[in-house]
Amino acid sequence: MADTEGHDTAGLKGGDLVKRHRISTRLWHWLNAFTIFTMIGSGLMIFNAHPHLYWGNYGTNYWSVGTPFYEHPWLEITSHPVTDPVTHKVTVIGTLIIGSLHINTTGVLGVSRFESFPGWMTLPGSYSLAIARRWHLFFAWVLVLPWVAYLLVSLFNRHIQHDLAPTRAELTPKAIWQDIIDHAKLKFPKGAAALHHNFLQKLAYLSVLFALIPTMILSGLTLSPGMTAAWPWLLWLMGGRASARSVHFICMSLIVGFIVVHLALVIVVGPYNEIRSMITGKFRLPREKTPTLTPAQEPAE
Amino acid sequence: MTVSLNVTRRSLVAGATTGAGLLLSGCDKLAQSPAFMGMLDTGEKLTYRVQRSISDRAALAPEFSASQMSPHFRTNGNTMPSSAEYAKHMTENFANWKLVVDGLVTNPLNLSLADLQSMPKRTQITSHNCVEGWTAIGKWTGVPLGMLLKRANLRPQAKYIVFHCADSFGAAPYYESIDLIDGFHPQTILAWGLNDAMLPVGNGAPLRLRVERQLGYKQAKYVMRVEAVDTLANIGHGKGGLWEDLINYEWYAGI
Repeated sequence: MADTEGHDTAGLKGGDLVKRHRISTRLWHWLNAFTIFTMIGSGLMIFNAHPHLYWGNYGTNYWSVGTPFYEHPWLEITSHPVTDPVTHKVTVIGTLIIGSLHINTTGVLGVSRFESFPGWMTLPGSYSLAIARRWHLFFAWVLVLPWVAYLLVSLFNRHIQHDLAPTRAELTPKAIWQDIIDHAKLKFPKGAAALHHNFLQKLAYLSVLFALIPTMILSGLTLSPGMTAAWPWLLWLMGGRASARSVHFICMSLIVGFIVVHLALVIVVGPYNEIRSMITGKFRLPREKTPTLTPAQEPAE
Repeated sequence: MTVSLNVTRRSLVAGATTGAGLLLSGCDKLAQSPAFMGMLDTGEKLTYRVQRSISDRAALAPEFSASQMSPHFRTNGNTMPSSAEYAKHMTENFANWKLVVDGLVTNPLNLSLADLQSMPKRTQITSHNCVEGWTAIGKWTGVPLGMLLKRANLRPQAKYIVFHCADSFGAAPYYESIDLIDGFHPQTILAWGLNDAMLPVGNGAPLRLRVERQLGYKQAKYVMRVEAVDTLANIGHGKGGLWEDLINYEWYAGI
């Protein structure tokens, strides 16, 4: 069996069973698969404690009749009980407000005052800021320390340089456009070519590794008064504590987007082969349509 | 092709939703195990040690300019203690109110509000960082706690400073505690002024703690007594604060 990560793939063809993912990649993947769910679930519960996001240094959603101090959140999830005048039945109207956009989310978001995100999305499943913080602030370490270790290992074994850094040929506008078209048509490489990440895949992984996770960590640390005393530049970098909370939420949303696309592609490309390659490391190369031709030689469709 | 993709999308959404739901409810089961919660609690100790080791003892919380202040400093939690004793102090404008500093000290103190106001004061515009996620910036004026502790002269066994308050939740009186590093931190003050006025009742009159490197629930309001202790085990349920005792908030609220 060939070891293909960072190695020569000449002579391999569709149908071959090859080694694809290193042990470091597999371990980090499954650890994160669990960790990210605890972080998102507990994070949504923490959001429920104050379901308003602002830009700047402060934001308390202080508002009462006769005070002109409303602090304009840019995002809110509200819940308003409405009583039917005839049946006296109470329905809770949930609304997601983003800027001037009001989206009715009744029954999904804003289920009640402390369930902006409903119980099935949060950790724990019923309101507890304290328990959510215990989960969040423990698994933050499980997210951060292995991320640092993975980066170091992957620089040292040249995984980042070999497998994730885009090649010069991939970076031409024509090649990027072709990759976008192939993704839109759900057309993926066959044979030995399937071993290499394509450009959009590399971009997605690099964005998570080097943009989303670090921004997540830095914005999270900016919420910590102990950290902003130690590293005051965090507040400057994030544009204030209220902004940092917004940035933290936006990064979470982007990570959720990544997970959705990632899972969808695993299913489209072949869940058995993909999941096996992430558990045992073994990957069966997809067969070429015409065995004698490589994907590059295939006539354009 | 279109049909199979639709099925895939639908089953994906259903699968992911069920999967997430099952995973999270499984996590809830885990959280009922004391051993598992004990593991989660190591996060707090790790964070405390790491934050203490990377930051200078006297590292200051960021201070802001007057133009960066919240338009209104909101109130939260208890906004009026319910005891008859407090009501009496309030009607007397705290003229007969006294702060007690005692416990493991050689020179217990008994100070009126006028005594505290005549002492050297510190004014700081800082950010109040609520555990719930909101932030308000206000201007606090008060007496540095370290100055009072030096005057009271801590015994060598003293490890923590406890703040006993006039307000309560149900039958449980509010209290909070900090270590000596925060106790002697230059920005740790017992504030009697907010935004250039006397501290309002809603914000903790006559005296509230400002311990700027920690979250809002550590900023005890209505402080009546400052006690130096060697252990937190004998106060309340022993976790160092009312919210720590009642709903398991972390004692170290630096994050």
